[in-house]
Amino acid sequence: MRQLVLLSGKGGTGKTSVTAALADLASRTGPVVTADADVDGSNLELILNPRLMESHAFMGGQVAAVDPVLCSQCGLCVDVCRFSAVIPAIDGHRVDPSLCEGCAACRYQCPDDAIRMQLQQAGQWFRSETPFGPLVHARLFAGQENTGKLVAEVREQSRRVSLEIGRDLVLVDGPPGIGCPSIAASTGVDLALLVAEPTASGIHDLERALAMLEHFRVPALVLINKADINPHRSRAIAAFCREHGLELVGRVPYDAAVTGAMVRGQPVTVFDPGGPVSAALQQAWEKVADRLTAVAPASAAT
Amino acid sequence: MIIAVGSGKGGTGKTTVATSLALALAAADGPSLTEEGPGRLVFLDCDVEVPNAALFLKPTLDESETVGIPIPQVDLEACTFCGRCAEVCAWHAITVVGHQVLVFPDLCHGCGSCALQCPEAAIREIDNVIGTVESGRAGSIIFGQGTLDIGQPMAVPVIRRLKKKHLSAMTDGVAILDAPAGTSCPFVECLRGVDYVLLVTEPTPFGLHDLRLAVEVARDELTLPVGVVVNRDGVGDAAVDDYCREEGIPILARIPLDRRIAEALSDGHPLVAALPEYGALLDELLGHIKAEVRR
Repeated sequence: MRQLVLLSGKGGTGKTSVTAALADLASRTGPVVTADADVDGSNLELILNPRLMESHAFMGGQVAAVDPVLCSQCGLCVDVCRFSAVIPAIDGHRVDPSLCEGCAACRYQCPDDAIRMQLQQAGQWFRSETPFGPLVHARLFAGQENTGKLVAEVREQSRRVSLEIGRDLVLVDGPPGIGCPSIAASTGVDLALLVAEPTASGIHDLERALAMLEHFRVPALVLINKADINPHRSRAIAAFCREHGLELVGRVPYDAAVTGAMVRGQPVTVFDPGGPVSAALQQAWEKVADRLTAVAPASAAT
Repeated sequence: MIIAVGSGKGGTGKTTVATSLALALAAADGPSLTEEGPGRLVFLDCDVEVPNAALFLKPTLDESETVGIPIPQVDLEACTFCGRCAEVCAWHAITVVGHQVLVFPDLCHGCGSCALQCPEAAIREIDNVIGTVESGRAGSIIFGQGTLDIGQPMAVPVIRRLKKKHLSAMTDGVAILDAPAGTSCPFVECLRGVDYVLLVTEPTPFGLHDLRLAVEVARDELTLPVGVVVNRDGVGDAAVDDYCREEGIPILARIPLDRRIAEALSDGHPLVAALPEYGALLDELLGHIKAEVRR
C-alpha cells in the first residue's frame, strides 16, 4: 500500500484542485481511493461528484460535566483547571465544553465525586463512491477539537478501503498548516507532494512544511502551481529544490480553467483535458507515479 | 476594539486584508475606530503554524519569549511505580514500564493531573518549549507574532500566549488579528474575546463552502458579529453573494480580480503600498466596520 499526501503549508495554493486531477489521472488504470484529510475545510467532495454510501459518527474527546446536586461548590475544580473551563456558580459549577480539554484533572480532584466525563460526538466521516473510485471524507463539527484524531480516522478508513478494492494507492488531500492535522495527515505516508506557490508567503510556508516532513522522515516532491504569477520566485523555488535535493515534478501555469473546473464541479483534467494545466499535471503525475513505484511502502516496515 | 480577520479556506487573502487594514489605520491620524479616539494600534499574526504577516509589514522584532507546556518530570527516588499517573493521563503521555516511567512530551497537554494525583508527590513539572512569541514594531504598529516549533502539534497555547501578552491590558485603540486557516481549535482560540470578525472569501465553490463553516463558528457558536470581504471578485460564480444575502451577512468590500495584485503580493508588497488606488477601498472598509461595530 502506497500513500501520497498533498501538502503546502500555506492555504489556497491548489492542493485540492491538484488532488482531484491526480485522482482522475490515477483512475485511468482502475479505481483509486482518495482521502480528504482537510476535515475542517473539506472541499474535495465539491469536485469529485461523490455518491454517499456510508456515514459514521466520529467520537472526539471527553468533556467534563458537573452534577449540580452533588457539587458543594468547594471550587477545587476551578483551581486545578488550567484551561479556564470551569465556571464557578452558586447553584453548582459549570463546564464550558468549548474550553474543556478533556483532561479529567477536575474529576480526579473533586471531593464530592460530582464530575463525570462524557464522550462527545465531534463530527462525522463518510465513504462515498466517485467516478474515480472511493472517497473517504469527513466533517468536523463547528469549532471542535480533535482534528488530528479525525484525520487519523480518515487515513485508517481509506487504507482499509484501498485494501478492499485491491489498489495499491491512496491519495491524501492534506490540510494547510504544519500542526496537529498536518502531522496526522503525514505520519507514515510513503511520499508527499508539496504544492508550492511562487510568492513570498508560499515559499516561506513551503520551507516550514518541508521541515515538518523531514522531522517525520517523509520524502517529498515539489510542484509549482501558478508558476507564471512570478517567474523570478518560481526560479527561486527551483533553485531551492536543487539545493535540497528535492525533485521538482512540474510547473503548472495560472489558468482560469482551474476555477472554471471548480465551478463546474470537475477535476481540471476532465473539464479542460487539452489545456496547459492538464498537460502540466499529466507530466507531473507520471513523475510522481514513478517515484511512488520506487519507494518502499512505509506500511510494509510497520 | 479587536478585529479578527479569518476565512475558513486558506489563501483567500486574510493576510492581505489584515495587513492592509493595519497600514490604512496607521496612515490615518491614529486608530480611531471607537468613540474614544486614537489609541494604540496592535497587529497580531495568530496563524502560528505558517505566520506570514511579517513578510509584508517587515517589523523590527526586538523581543522574543518561548512558549512552553508544563510536562511531568518524575523523581525516580521517590516514585513507587504505582502507575497512578498513567491511569489519570487522558493522552497516554506518561506510562510506567517496570521500574521506568516514560514521558512523551509531544502527547502531553500540560493539564498537571499526573502531578496532582501522584501519591508520593514524586512529579514536578518542567517547561517543554513548543513555540515562540516575538514582538516589535512596524512603524507606528505594535507587532506580535507566534511561531509553532517544527514537529509540534498544538498551536493553541502559542496563540493564547500571544493574545494574552498583547491584549490582556488593552483598554483603548485597535487590534487586528490575522487568524489561522480552518475552523477548528486554533481558529476558535484566535476569535475568543474579539469584537468583530471579518471573513475574507473568494466567490468560488471552495470559498463558499469554507465561509459557511467559518460563519457557523464565529456567528453561531461564538455569537460574534461578522462581515465579509469578497476577494478576487469576478473569478467564480455568484453563490457567495446569494449566501450572504440569504443569511443577512453584510459584504463590506470587494477586491477585484486583478493580476497586478497577485504579482505585488507575490513579491511581499502589501496591497495598499504597491497599489495606492486601493487605499480608498480600505478606508471605505474601515468605515463600514466602524458602522457595523456601533450597531
